[in-house]
Amino acid sequence: MIVQRPKLTWWEQTYIPQILAGLWLTLKHIPRRKFTRQYPEEKPVLYGDYRGAPTLVKDADNRVKCVSCQLCEFVCPPKAIRITPGFRPEDRFDAKVEKEPKDFVIDMLRCIYCGMCEEVCPEEAIFLKNDFAITAYKREELQFHKEKLLELGGVHDDKIWKWKNK
Amino acid sequence: MLFVIISLIKIIAVINVMMGIVAYTVMLERWVCAWMQDRVGPNRVGWHGILQPMADGVKLILKEDVLPHHVNKVLYTLGPLLVLIPALINIGVIPWGSNLPILGYDVKCVIADLNIGIMFPFAFAALSVYGIVLAGWASNSKYPFLGGIRSSAQMISYEVCLGLSVVPVFMQVGSLNLGKVVEYQAGHLPFVCYPHMWLSFLIFLVSAFAETNRTPFDLPEAEQELVGGYNTEYSSMKFGMFFMGEYAAMFVMSSLMVTLFLGGWSLPFAPFNAPATSLVVGLLHIGVFLAKVGACLFFYVWVRWTIPRFRYDQLMGLGWKVFIPLTIVNILIVGAVLAWLVK
Repeated sequence: MIVQRPKLTWWEQTYIPQILAGLWLTLKHIPRRKFTRQYPEEKPVLYGDYRGAPTLVKDADNRVKCVSCQLCEFVCPPKAIRITPGFRPEDRFDAKVEKEPKDFVIDMLRCIYCGMCEEVCPEEAIFLKNDFAITAYKREELQFHKEKLLELGGVHDDKIWKWKNK
Repeated sequence: MLFVIISLIKIIAVINVMMGIVAYTVMLERWVCAWMQDRVGPNRVGWHGILQPMADGVKLILKEDVLPHHVNKVLYTLGPLLVLIPALINIGVIPWGSNLPILGYDVKCVIADLNIGIMFPFAFAALSVYGIVLAGWASNSKYPFLGGIRSSAQMISYEVCLGLSVVPVFMQVGSLNLGKVVEYQAGHLPFVCYPHMWLSFLIFLVSAFAETNRTPFDLPEAEQELVGGYNTEYSSMKFGMFFMGEYAAMFVMSSLMVTLFLGGWSLPFAPFNAPATSLVVGLLHIGVFLAKVGACLFFYVWVRWTIPRFRYDQLMGLGWKVFIPLTIVNILIVGAVLAWLVK
């Protein structure tokens, strides 16, 4: 396409009207509302499907949902997850579930927040939640163990209670 | 003896105030830029970020001063000095107030009341080209070299326009002394109010932008093409001195603009239309001068965040083919107008 150059008048060729218009435009922006978010004080609004740090959740009975099947450990692309399987105590109400993790470590230095662990979990026990600012002073602090993960995950009051009537 | 002591006090006071203003011009630059882009700007250090320049200074001083092994060490060190010092010297001839009557002694508010006036700052502003050229050459690296070449060509070209554009002012005043220029405007009106000075003012304004390497003529340090230009190889406080030198040159150019065209310390009503006879009025005159310079500095910043950079050939074309003929014609026209007014 051939773009016809506009025929400029003498006054326009001096650039002065365009420069004045530009100056007026930038001046008008000075008192406008600012779009900056003052980050540490003002957190961004996260929506329900935000994929932050992976966490472990409990169900409404306060039962750890993870049964240490180790599928997430297997699928994890950067191999950030290490599970030490163990058994649930015989005398507890959830004994019929049999297994639970003795320890569940996610190395947040390796985690890439891909969400494959959440996808693969047959028990819906692992979720990527809202924590996105994962910082620490030591490397060890970024090995999230079972207690930390459960604390971050909290309780999920799901509609389907898989183990209730088995 | 008294003259030496008073001059020393004046020098110390002026340099300190100037460096403070330079620091806060950088601050203003960052704030205004942010506001024009609908951002907030620096607001963490101190109340609303008011202490940011101190934090920047501390950072620059504490940074490692890298001396690349491929540079010419003497010239490399000399470069930033030659950029900063001419700007600091130039402030010596600017009348930043009328006079301050203290203890029966009339202190003139200018460090060096030179009769050659305007020639002095132009001579030293021309020297600061050497700083940039030396920095570009001594860095022994291609981008600084290109920046240095561009800068020398640009500054030499626009110095001609700058010098020719102020001739009408001195034709009307009849003296090169900057103090006399301001007193003339105090007695009459600031020159920017006279239609036959408008062309001079416009050309001076544009050439001043080119002379201080500011947008839209900031080709020596065109970041996108030259990775920072002549200061690419510099770090720490050597880089900081280029930075300060640029803003100090802006301050000097703003002061010159205020002195030559905007009436210096004067306003067209009493008690601002005659040299001060009391200390309070003298201080008010300094305040008026600083306010005008502040407005000019804001204008510099305002233009920087509005107008895109010129292409290099357009820049040289504007200087040599438009401004220089225009200034010469302008001198003739103003001469005719003045002759007609006198008759």
